[in-house]
Amino acid sequence: MTVTEQPAAEIGKDRRRKEDQRLITGRTRWTDNLTLPGMLHMSMVRSPFAHARITSIDTTEAKAAPNVVAVITGKDIAEEQGSLPNAWPITPDQVTPAHPPVAIDRATFAGEIVAVVVARSAAAARDAAELVDVDYEELPAALDLKESAEDTVLAHPDLGTNKSALWVFDSADAGTGGNVEEAIAKARQDGIVIEREYRQQRLIPAFMEPRSVVVDPTGEQITMWSATQVPHILRFLLAAVLGVSESKVRVIAPDVGGGFGGKLQTTPEEFIAMVMARRLGKPVKFTETRSESMMAAHHGRDQWQRLTLSAEKDGTVTGFKVDLLADLGSHVALIGGGVPVLGAFMYNAIYKFPSYRFQVQTVLTNKAWTDAYRGAGRPEATFAIERMMTELAVELGVDPLEIREKNWIKHEEFPFTSVAGLEYDSGNYEAATALAKEHFGYDELRAEQARRREAKDPVQLGIGVSTFTEMCGLAPSRVLGSLDYGAGGWEHASVRMLPTGKVEVLTGASAHGQGHETAFSQIVADRLGVPFEDVEVLHGDTQVTPKGLDTYGSRSLVVGGEALVRAADKVVEKAKPIAAHLLEASADDLDFAGGRFTVRGTDQGMGIGEIALATFAAHNLPDGVEPSLDSDATFDPVNFNYPHGTHLCAVEIDTETGAVKMRKYTCVDDIGNVINPLIVAGQVHGGLVQGIAQALWEEAVYDESGTLVSASFVDYLVPTAADTISFDVDHTTTPATTNTLGTKGVGEAGTIASTPAVVNAVVDAIRHFGINDIQMPCTPERVWRAIHDSGGGGGEPTTEAAAPHFDPASGNQGTADRTDGADS
Amino acid sequence: MTKIQMTVDGATVSDDVEPRMLLVHYLREKVGKTGTVIGCDTSNCGACTVHLDGRSVKSCNVLAVQADGHEVTTVEGLAKDGELHPMQAAFHECHALQCGFCTPGMIMQSIDLLNDNPKPSEDEIRLGLEGNLCRCTGYHNIVRAVQTASGQEVGS
Repeated sequence: MTVTEQPAAEIGKDRRRKEDQRLITGRTRWTDNLTLPGMLHMSMVRSPFAHARITSIDTTEAKAAPNVVAVITGKDIAEEQGSLPNAWPITPDQVTPAHPPVAIDRATFAGEIVAVVVARSAAAARDAAELVDVDYEELPAALDLKESAEDTVLAHPDLGTNKSALWVFDSADAGTGGNVEEAIAKARQDGIVIEREYRQQRLIPAFMEPRSVVVDPTGEQITMWSATQVPHILRFLLAAVLGVSESKVRVIAPDVGGGFGGKLQTTPEEFIAMVMARRLGKPVKFTETRSESMMAAHHGRDQWQRLTLSAEKDGTVTGFKVDLLADLGSHVALIGGGVPVLGAFMYNAIYKFPSYRFQVQTVLTNKAWTDAYRGAGRPEATFAIERMMTELAVELGVDPLEIREKNWIKHEEFPFTSVAGLEYDSGNYEAATALAKEHFGYDELRAEQARRREAKDPVQLGIGVSTFTEMCGLAPSRVLGSLDYGAGGWEHASVRMLPTGKVEVLTGASAHGQGHETAFSQIVADRLGVPFEDVEVLHGDTQVTPKGLDTYGSRSLVVGGEALVRAADKVVEKAKPIAAHLLEASADDLDFAGGRFTVRGTDQGMGIGEIALATFAAHNLPDGVEPSLDSDATFDPVNFNYPHGTHLCAVEIDTETGAVKMRKYTCVDDIGNVINPLIVAGQVHGGLVQGIAQALWEEAVYDESGTLVSASFVDYLVPTAADTISFDVDHTTTPATTNTLGTKGVGEAGTIASTPAVVNAVVDAIRHFGINDIQMPCTPERVWRAIHDSGGGGGEPTTEAAAPHFDPASGNQGTADRTDGADS
Repeated sequence: MTKIQMTVDGATVSDDVEPRMLLVHYLREKVGKTGTVIGCDTSNCGACTVHLDGRSVKSCNVLAVQADGHEVTTVEGLAKDGELHPMQAAFHECHALQCGFCTPGMIMQSIDLLNDNPKPSEDEIRLGLEGNLCRCTGYHNIVRAVQTASGQEVGS
């Protein structure tokens, strides 16, 4: 594939976003803004228990309440509601419990829907929901991930096990590397073995716009507006699960207020709204409250990682063994089981590991189900390897950047086939790291760190390093098929030249805040040589853009953008013979540049807009030419996409309070050619804060009874402006060779890289107290306890070296205390 | 039901409302000012921030009846004669929004912040916006937007 080397006029420009006008003036089309004539409102009755048998539900009083239209239980709609889909069974024998949107006889997590009230106003529906009388018989709940993996308590007693699927990759079996057990055994004799166990705490995507859905069943077609990332997938699944024709279902994702993976689920609420609207023959709306969103929208991460890294004495890594437990929650969500599998290909990151083994056991528990959250599997992988490489450097007494450089793939070695079997097309880790070090003032900060340690300063400085790559731009359909993923990886685009000379662009990549309308306009403006302002991008309505696979996994630009390039190029191709005909020249003599066809060697020419008008009038077209100037393209990528970068973080830790303060954060990402630097920087900033938040603040905590205690923004600490700092962001450019634009995905990069950078910095600040791990989130209490238990702090640190310590039974390493929720 | 009357974005509105109705619900459902949005149920996110007699309030924290006889400005009342308010223009210029859901509240709070402190430092801006959550921008560009609107030099 040819990569465009010279950036054209629009590409690379800091264009302000087209989307902003409606968003800054309050003219935005959120789903919850919608009111339709006769519209009814739903309120959900949710289980307060993590696990309980529903012995009876009395709806009499609720039904009699003012303005109530219907009250239903799971039993009432058992036949219509179907089972929520699981699109990625990771093994043929995966245990997948049936998943009715409204629980029928057993509630399997606190927050699960057990009854639904429909009323003429949202307030009336909420009031009546209070009157639904549900009798429960509480059952023992499977809450702790490790215990649940041992089947101590069953999340679904009828299944007889909590073990859903065991998925394994071994480089020796795959032929991509050697035997990791042999490498580890050898290293135990004459090398170094690092063993650790890390917790990826449960996170809540916490998009700002709560999920909302409106279904209008009136007319010939059922129309659903939903705050979803995946209107096309949703339409397909709604039609399939509910047994209606796909052409009779229209899904519209209007403006969507953030997603981060959290809005790619096909939700129970969407299915219930569909069922109730069809039953009642009236439009039905449901908008969740924030606490409902926290309790019952899907969560992310939630894994235990048991890791073994082997190396030679000089620091050359010889093997990496990864053994995961992944908490699925009460059900296998849409692609929930596949998230760790996606991560499996990334544990070797940017390194030339000669041997690798990955194993994940997915486990059912009585908690909200987990699925993709910004990065989906890759943040967990990057955290594991970047923490381990840092620990290896400490063991060897060398700089953490030095150990990375020793093991990473050199620029001249690309393309490179990784031990996980992926072909990395391009990368230049040397360049990104050198630039990051320079920006950060690495050597100066190391010197300051030494001074503070020497002076026993109560405020200690820590420096964290994270180098990363990710597989994004999901992805070649054939590869997804080989992983039993339920959909393809293609994307669709249409480019239509209108008779006015304006351009209408349709993309299947539905946006939820990323700025597609702007970036895609830039691409098309350049390919067609038309003004940026003349391009209009339409998305998020299955009637307008019938084909697509939506937005997740940093795929919009690298897959959807490439589809656009191809559709636009086809339009030029289609216009050429028409131009030749109208200019009375041979097509071979025509050049196309700046939106004009010109006859070589003359000043004769014609704009592409004029050709569009000529095809509309169709008075004078060559024989056999269709009277229109538009084209479609469906692009299936030949490879994943591999952005990379180096992130450096400095934190200050008050050893007397345990408070962690961000001091400086530098990141140099390489996403190949950049379409809009302004948008890219914005994506990086937001991604960084989400990753930093995992390291320092955010955690979904269930108490001993299985109640989510972090079910609001009071308890779930999404960072504020006052918690964060301004970032130092730059990039290097190593074009992707697998798409025409030479660009790579950026949406998840910041999140993937930043979590290990911050935790490495936190541990680095207090390692001289004998601490080699702090469990995420590194709250002041955890940090303080670790320091306190080490006998350090208060300006009187000990000088004992960190002693690696591994206790698989407790998962404890070092002296870091664990004071987290019941499920850890 | 209680009869109330107030000025919303310069126009007088009056309605009978339930005493329990929150100002945010009144604005969205009765007055049709859907630019003001609801992001949480605990008064933490600030997405519903409007001006009540020129000062920012979280409209989920005020009953509609409490606004009786007062003047409310929402994000929809900021632009005058098609001209964006300087804070709106600064948010656009600095790419201080992505999904845009927190943006109306963030803009209303930022304007009030500058009313109190016309040349705030970065730390003062960050503290002043502490009651408004954004999940997309990482706040970096929001801080730059407020600096820009206050006429201060901003970094990249």
